[in-house]
Amino acid sequence: MKKFARLFVALMMVCIMAIGVAAAEITVGIVNNPPSESGYREANVKDFEAVFSAENGYAAKTFYSLKNDEQLSAAQQFITDGVDYLLISAAETTGWDAVLASAQENGIPVFLFDRMIDCDEELYAAAVVSDMANQGKLAVEWLIAQALPEYKIIHIQGAMGSDAQIGRTGALDKQVAENENWSIVVQQTATWDEAEAKKIVEAVINSKEDFNIIYAENDGMARGAVAALDEAGITHGVGGKVIVMGFDCNRWALREVLAGTWNYDGQCSPFQAAVISDMIKTLEDGGAIETKLVISEEKGFDAATITQADIDQYGLGE
Amino acid sequence: MKAHASKFKWSKYTQLLVPLMSILLIVIFNLLRDPSFFSIGTSTNNLGNPVLTGNLVSILNGASELAIIAMGMTLVTAACGGQDISVGALATIAGSVFVRILRSGQITIGSILVGFLCCCVAAMLFGAFNGTLVSVFRIQPMIATLVLFTCGRSIAYWINGGATPTISSPLITAIGSFIPGCPVPTPIIIVAVMALILGLVFRFTTLGLYTQTVGINQRAARLNGINPMFIKLVSFLVLGLCCAVAGCISVSRLSLINHETMLLEIEMDAILAVAIGGNALGGGKFKVTGSVLGAYAIQALTTTLYAMKVPSTDVKAYKAIVIILIVVISSPVVKKATNRLWTKIRARIPAKKEVVAQ
Repeated sequence: MKKFARLFVALMMVCIMAIGVAAAEITVGIVNNPPSESGYREANVKDFEAVFSAENGYAAKTFYSLKNDEQLSAAQQFITDGVDYLLISAAETTGWDAVLASAQENGIPVFLFDRMIDCDEELYAAAVVSDMANQGKLAVEWLIAQALPEYKIIHIQGAMGSDAQIGRTGALDKQVAENENWSIVVQQTATWDEAEAKKIVEAVINSKEDFNIIYAENDGMARGAVAALDEAGITHGVGGKVIVMGFDCNRWALREVLAGTWNYDGQCSPFQAAVISDMIKTLEDGGAIETKLVISEEKGFDAATITQADIDQYGLGE
Repeated sequence: MKAHASKFKWSKYTQLLVPLMSILLIVIFNLLRDPSFFSIGTSTNNLGNPVLTGNLVSILNGASELAIIAMGMTLVTAACGGQDISVGALATIAGSVFVRILRSGQITIGSILVGFLCCCVAAMLFGAFNGTLVSVFRIQPMIATLVLFTCGRSIAYWINGGATPTISSPLITAIGSFIPGCPVPTPIIIVAVMALILGLVFRFTTLGLYTQTVGINQRAARLNGINPMFIKLVSFLVLGLCCAVAGCISVSRLSLINHETMLLEIEMDAILAVAIGGNALGGGKFKVTGSVLGAYAIQALTTTLYAMKVPSTDVKAYKAIVIILIVVISSPVVKKATNRLWTKIRARIPAKKEVVAQ
């Protein structure tokens, strides 16, 4: 009887494996930030859900968290579960070495998307990312092109240590350090929180310090800053006293740019899933990945040149 | 302590000494640093209304949500001897309901009222959920509310679907910033109204007394005909209502809701406000005024740090140092020591007077 039971179990297992092989599904573990984080993330998560779907031959396991440690343990769990590929958009750039090494030991190729991780290049198969530093550079170049006699900047930062914050801060810090007529009135983090951004700008207005540029590292914080300007009766946007700059290209933010109440919005493309899927297909077919680092093409929108068509095409969310 | 209470009338208010002291500390520090820190001015906002400006206005305005949530948190703390850590999530759910209703049609005063009522009902339902876990199932408040703390923001997200839905209307701006013609920010007025309502409730009902009784000794309360379960549930319902109001204010400020960052970590600040307010975190005696003052102290601290341009990476560390100071000063050990010192000084003063009289 025992023998029979064993035989039966063994048979079942073979059957299950056979079914698994027959379906030839590729299992991917996706570690991302939650869609509720921002309009950007919502579009990003939707993009991955659409591409890594059952119709496209994938079985996707997903985990969403804003916290690095939760993401780390989820990634470790995916490795233990034996996924074929691991896709990661990290909450923070550091602390990933051990998990990535463990993936490598288990022969699981890792793809980084959206955000880079601070680690040895050997630890991942490829990275499809937004070049945050380039977004900062584009924004600063645009600001230089405005040829103001003096730049007095309120710089509102995102969550300290995030890739977006580091990239978007870097270019501005460099420009301010190298130019005499560029100065930072205040540099403060609002951790992506709109209401906090408003309080920071209020504090500057109350101290009666002069400023003519708001450089906010995402749209929400720019909106908070603008609310403070509105309450204090300070004009902003095209022809206003203060230049307003945001990032991410939410639809509502681009509409502000089109209306001329904001001056600039930097794009951050959330569409990386298709590129990664192509790479996985190449690996499955026995090929090799040629370029290890793929950078999404991005641009910035100026109030003077933006059109409704831009909003329809590049705007995120609603 | 009881002997003291019968001696001085003002000793009823000694509890407020700690929050008042901490506010005073921040005020003096700021006046030394920049004498014009608290000056209030008037200006015209971009809508053409005359408005009050200045750090004092910013502090009172910015602390509105915290002050309102701290009111409810005080009641829960007093009745249950524990804290609700889901208030941020709960306020976000309430805000999300508010936004959902306003987005379903034209924004009018009527639809705002309907939205507000719905979000109150939603928040009180979730409050009742927390309250039931705590009162009926006797789960530690922090553990019971951990459920909503974990999933609340996801629920808020489901209600609206989008990541950062916006609602644009002059009426919403009036709630979140200024009513045309009124120079005082509306959130400050809302806090005053809430305080008034709560004050009247305490004045004309036995809710305050019963809450305190349940917090000090449940069994004694039951023997005296008070239903502890009911009182605990009521405290969570009141907190739910407070969260609903705070949620509506927060959403109206920028006519936008961000489910992940809205009122983030406000639960910690609210608990801190209750602690600074001199309330026993283990339940029992409480003073809502203390918590509200505590809320303003916390916001004053943050605003000060912003005004001082403390580097963004260091803000939390500075905040922590000040908080340690305040909490140590208000600790029972230090309180006892100061009490002893005070009685010694008091014992000497009449002695001196007698000498003078002779």
